[in-house]
Amino acid sequence: MPAALPAPFDHWFAARGWSVRAHQLAILESAANNRDALLIAPTGAGKTLAGFLPSLIDLAQPRRRNSPGARLHTLYISPLKALAVDIHRNLEIPIAEMALPIRVETRTGDTSAQKRMRQRRNPPDMLLTTPEQLALLLGTADGPHLFGDLKRIVLDELHALSLSKRGDLLALCLARLRTLAPGARTTGLSATVREPDDLRRWLVGRGPLADVVIAPPGAPPDLSILHSRAEIPWAGHMARHALEEIYEQISGARLSLVFVNTRAQAEFVFQQLWLMNEKNLPIALHHGSLDAAQRRKVEAAMASGKLRAVVCTSTLDLGIDWGDVDLVVNVGAPKGASRLLQRIGRANHRLDEPSRAILAPSNRFEVLECVAAVEAARKGEQDTAAPRAGALDVLAQHVLGTACGAPFDADDLFAEVTSAAPYAHLSRATFDRVVDFVATGGYALAAYDRFAKIKRTKDGLWRVANARVAQIWRMNVGTIVESDVLKVRLTGGRTASESGKQYQGRIGRGGRILGEIEEYFLETLAPGDTFLFGGEILALNGIVENEAHVRRAAGEAPKVPSYAGGKFPLSTYLAARVRAMLSDPKSWKALPEQVRGWLELQRKRSVLPGRNNLLVETFPRGGLFYLVAYPFEGRLAHQTLGMLLTRRLERARLLPLGFVCNDYSLCVYGRADLGGVDMDALFARDMLGDDLEAWLQESALMKRTFRNCAIIAGMIERRGPGREKTGRQVTVSTDLIYDTLRRHQPDHILLEAAWADAASGLLDIQRLSDMLARVAGHISHRALDRVSPLAVPAMLEIGREAVFGEARELSLHMAAEDLAKEAQ
Amino acid sequence: MRLMNRPLHRDAFAADETLVVAGLALVADVAGVLYEPASGALLVADLHLEKGSSFARRGMMLPPYDTQATLTRLSSAVARYRPRAVVALGDSFHDNDGANRLSGDARALLNALQAGRDWIWISGNHDPAIPDHAGGARAQEMRLGPLTLRHEPRAQAHGEIAGHLHPVAVLGGRRRAFVTDGNRLLMPAFGAYAGGLNLHAPAIAGLFAARPFAHVLGRERVYRVCVSRCAAGV
Repeated sequence: MPAALPAPFDHWFAARGWSVRAHQLAILESAANNRDALLIAPTGAGKTLAGFLPSLIDLAQPRRRNSPGARLHTLYISPLKALAVDIHRNLEIPIAEMALPIRVETRTGDTSAQKRMRQRRNPPDMLLTTPEQLALLLGTADGPHLFGDLKRIVLDELHALSLSKRGDLLALCLARLRTLAPGARTTGLSATVREPDDLRRWLVGRGPLADVVIAPPGAPPDLSILHSRAEIPWAGHMARHALEEIYEQISGARLSLVFVNTRAQAEFVFQQLWLMNEKNLPIALHHGSLDAAQRRKVEAAMASGKLRAVVCTSTLDLGIDWGDVDLVVNVGAPKGASRLLQRIGRANHRLDEPSRAILAPSNRFEVLECVAAVEAARKGEQDTAAPRAGALDVLAQHVLGTACGAPFDADDLFAEVTSAAPYAHLSRATFDRVVDFVATGGYALAAYDRFAKIKRTKDGLWRVANARVAQIWRMNVGTIVESDVLKVRLTGGRTASESGKQYQGRIGRGGRILGEIEEYFLETLAPGDTFLFGGEILALNGIVENEAHVRRAAGEAPKVPSYAGGKFPLSTYLAARVRAMLSDPKSWKALPEQVRGWLELQRKRSVLPGRNNLLVETFPRGGLFYLVAYPFEGRLAHQTLGMLLTRRLERARLLPLGFVCNDYSLCVYGRADLGGVDMDALFARDMLGDDLEAWLQESALMKRTFRNCAIIAGMIERRGPGREKTGRQVTVSTDLIYDTLRRHQPDHILLEAAWADAASGLLDIQRLSDMLARVAGHISHRALDRVSPLAVPAMLEIGREAVFGEARELSLHMAAEDLAKEAQ
Repeated sequence: MRLMNRPLHRDAFAADETLVVAGLALVADVAGVLYEPASGALLVADLHLEKGSSFARRGMMLPPYDTQATLTRLSSAVARYRPRAVVALGDSFHDNDGANRLSGDARALLNALQAGRDWIWISGNHDPAIPDHAGGARAQEMRLGPLTLRHEPRAQAHGEIAGHLHPVAVLGGRRRAFVTDGNRLLMPAFGAYAGGLNLHAPAIAGLFAARPFAHVLGRERVYRVCVSRCAAGV
């Protein structure tokens, strides 16, 4: 044993019937050696306690107790405020039982102004908070006083935080803390990741990598795929066919978490489970657009053992142990091996027993994906994303925040910022442009010098111009930008254009609310346009105040692909595994008979996609012509590809009508036969040049990306004194600003930031670019006389599965039957 | 109805929409200006010059290119019609101090636009007092044949052309539009940063007795669209 517990702690462990674990001692040893450390441990391994043990032991020593004016000793940062509150509750147990003289407090958005004030004047020994609250504390004049004595920093769920803009903000705050409290040591707590060294670097400044402590994995998970007795659907994400079997599984377990990927799935699965709930099992629902109070109620009911199942989205992916979960059901495909492992970890917090998880694929492609994910999970393989370059909009927010705390020297701040891993490669020139942006907007035209937000003093320091600038910064701290949403109300009726009357929104005003949808998306629709929402095809009647009025549009093909939010694209790693499986019939043994038959048929009728090529099929059907490609690069990259292909075909006068896609394939349809098209030219990588450029000028997704950057960077304020806290109050149209800026200063730093976001975010351009490079010269085109078996799922996206109404269900089922027959 | 026969300008109008308000023929230009051939007057509304710097004063550093963009677009419209007079229908500057913040380049552009023609600033709620150095004449409202030109539209007005409300048609995206029922007309906002109000909003829809038409600004031409084809709402 490298380190030992002090006697009171030893007794406390013993009294609980626990023995201290090797990784907990290893963290103590790192602390004793004054080293930063990364602890990678599965859920249930006592990870949080390990993170806090050095602090508890240090604070238990009487000399500190008697030192006057003791300041903050330990800072704990969690991505969720609920997690901070939960950890507080758990920490109070050892503190009370060992009668330790330690004061622990939380600080979140809910903390009263009075308490916040007191915390700054008279801080507790340990403060548990979130990245945004830390940024706010660092942006006050109290920062040096508050953090000057800081000894330990504990970062929880680091794997979830580090790869986002919130992670960039936290990395910058951490760099600030290292300046204010050079003696503080950082401990990161993380689930298993692909490259621990990335996080070890992330945790420290320029110093040597943090120690890494890897706790032994728990018992291997008990993983299985639910092979339903019913026919496996060709497309769709609702897993309706498997719900009865899922219900049986729930009935046999103590407490199940039923994970789904989208809000719409959550609503649907929840509703369906209750329809078949003959045993009246207490089943609850948990997702991000539910009211917070409602979510708290569900969490409390879980914790007190009142529930048997919770249908949830990724809102329960993270951290809190709400109850004695013994089964995880993942509806649909997990999209990534690491995500699956984390979800599995939610079941069974006793390390020595295997976590039990069942994957329920909702369609045929998802069967392939689930098989690939289970193989990866059994081997413990990870596909967490690679580290990202720090976002420039976040840096701009931080630069202003730093000035709000105290005047800064640009050289010092540059050194500090580049000590944060995400900004290690930031050039001085870019940093200076960011500072210039913060000061006067960063324009070639020096128009705003007299309105500067930060100004250079005589001694060369940058100082915030006035108290109002600081106040507005405080009101706008953070990197999470909500989009404006409208309620979707089912009012029935017909559109204005059909009835020849102006739609006034009075028809059936009392109709059912179907949910909420992003305003940016609705603004791309004209009345009468059809779109997908909640698994239904809806037609827009009109927008009335804050509501979109819609009717059901059974049987019509949705014109516009739905940019359903909250869905993760298939990871590159799983995609490669799926391609490998497809191209190797020997590996099909693991697949259910139906899926094997489907692939056999594809082999006979067309050809299977290979490991490294791109299969493109063209065929006529029902008077239209189709092109289906199988890149397996995820929905976002496919959307971008679809937009670009449609543009190209339009220019070539090949009359495309539209496109649809899923995670695996995309389908372009139109009025001209595409069989004779030169596919190498169509898929040539130069589409990412002028075509992309031209599309981006118009792209609503790009404008939305720009809006996020403009808000985070502080060009546009979400909140100001006396203004309401809604996005709608953004008083200038970011679309108009985007257009003007593109035209007049295309190299502006915010456009650069937006482009970087788009490349990896909503447009996934980087992934598309990698794919096009990979398949160049390896396009395998099959001109077929009819639809191929593998093409059916994408084709069905055109008229996706019904959720409400049996007649719709039947008609679509028939349509699917037809397609499947044609594909024979 | 083709009203303009001056051969030099004929092509310029091919893509534009001719409309009649209170008996007077007008050309709705794709740039968002209105030309009255009989008198040679060009009407433009809600330029909102210096809106960017107006926000910058309060800490939102919007790109300072809006004035230049707006005046450049206006220059090309003026070059197309060579009007005898330009009437700006109010809110020409985003705030009363806007004219004082014009850059040298913007001033030069404005001077060039004003040279050799009448220039009338009708005052708007954003710019009730435009300083003398901005050139041109000032008016609360003015007559143009049977028409009254003013900034804020009045209820039950006949033969009125006004701005102020920034109508947009939502037709697969938000597009600026003229709105007219043949009796009165609302101008689209011209300024680069001028936002828009859906033409179904009560403030706009309530002005028209008869069902109005939207003359929607497309990329290359103006489209005459029945307002019932436009989405309602925000």
